[in-house]
Amino acid sequence: MALLSKKDRGLLLDPLADNNPITIQVLGICSALAITAQLKASIVMGLSVVFVLAMGNVVISLMRNIIPSKIRIIVQLVVVAALVIIVDQVLKAFAYELSKTLSVFVGLIITNCIIMGRFEAFALGNKPWRSFLDGIGNAAGYALILIIVGFFRELLGSGTLLGFKVLGDPITKTGLYAIGYENNGFMLLSPMALIVVGIIIWIQRSRNSALIEEN
Amino acid sequence: MANTDKNSYTIIFAVVMVLVVGSLLAFTASSLKPAITENERFEKQQNILYAMGINENVEGAVNFIPTDKVEAEFSKYIKEQLVIQNGKISKDTAAYLIDLKGQLAEDKEDRKLPLFIGEKEGESYYIIPLYGKGLWDAIWGFVSLDKNFVVQGVYFDHKGETPGLGANIKERYFMDDFTGEEIMSGTQFEGISVAKGNNDPLNDRKDDGKVDALAGATITGNGVTAMINSTVKLYIPYLKDLKI
Repeated sequence: MALLSKKDRGLLLDPLADNNPITIQVLGICSALAITAQLKASIVMGLSVVFVLAMGNVVISLMRNIIPSKIRIIVQLVVVAALVIIVDQVLKAFAYELSKTLSVFVGLIITNCIIMGRFEAFALGNKPWRSFLDGIGNAAGYALILIIVGFFRELLGSGTLLGFKVLGDPITKTGLYAIGYENNGFMLLSPMALIVVGIIIWIQRSRNSALIEEN
Repeated sequence: MANTDKNSYTIIFAVVMVLVVGSLLAFTASSLKPAITENERFEKQQNILYAMGINENVEGAVNFIPTDKVEAEFSKYIKEQLVIQNGKISKDTAAYLIDLKGQLAEDKEDRKLPLFIGEKEGESYYIIPLYGKGLWDAIWGFVSLDKNFVVQGVYFDHKGETPGLGANIKERYFMDDFTGEEIMSGTQFEGISVAKGNNDPLNDRKDDGKVDALAGATITGNGVTAMINSTVKLYIPYLKDLKI
């Protein structure tokens, strides 16, 4: 990746693992719990946040010298709200059923702490290109966790991936179900998403003890 | 660089920002409008067919007829679309596009009530659209009745009921309970109520006009009761005359 300097690469790649917004900073948990029962919804939510955060970071960064400091937060809210409405309308036009599944959660991207956090902490003080990388990186870190959680919840809860019956058919008892396997309905409920996120946090910290906070 | 702390600058910035963002959103909304309207049209057809039992349901999940097939299936199963206005019944092939919310707000004489007659395996169904209020926002749906006024299926949807509580009105385990309930007691309209503590959680008693309520969703449940009773009631005099 000669395209990017070492620092830029850090902006893009750190949030994927050692500075992940969900598992390290514990931001954006609400949507991670709510919409991850299906892998497809997780992917679309992840992509929507990538779009909103990358574009929002660039817009805020371009305006960083002209934004009046008194109404800074309102300006950030307007930018993210406008982008979210665009995402919502595009989903309604081209992925209607999915937009019904995501229902209020697309609207709630506005309140996703990762977005306001990156605007305030990064985009307001950095140039557009670096803000763009930071936005892509953080949103991708968020999307990565959503996809991992969505993968396990859909696989273990419904026995499907992206709607395909990968473990066999539970009604006609084929595949794994023929030998007595049952879907774990508990995986479809939000508490299991929290437990899966907890397990990811545990694995991550046991591999890298530098991430463990000292109390 | 202008002084960004001045009040006049702040106000001008806010005004310009609102104008720019407003026109951007207006442009997006109007350019995507045709695609969204088309999706909403398909959704209505899917919902109507769902209520009369034309769906691809598997194991506890709601599955509609796929969007690419719905138009053909709709014209296959829905034999007639009627509009009831001021006591007169007329045919209208676009009746399913009528927005019930707007019509219920009209005066009695101007109100257009859509009604669909479906036919499946030799049986005829009346399909009645519903509209009412839940806890937070609008709820709506469709109910299909056979000629003896026994419910053959329902579909409910909502705009903003609480996820996990009131939002469960569109889950199979709630909607399926309505099938088989009678809305008339003798010749009197009785409706169906969403009842707590009717000692019938499995809904074995079909003639009591009650289905088991959802835990934690009292007001949404009452909204469903009120929606069915107030909307279906408007149709009863006409259904008696129609005699499918």
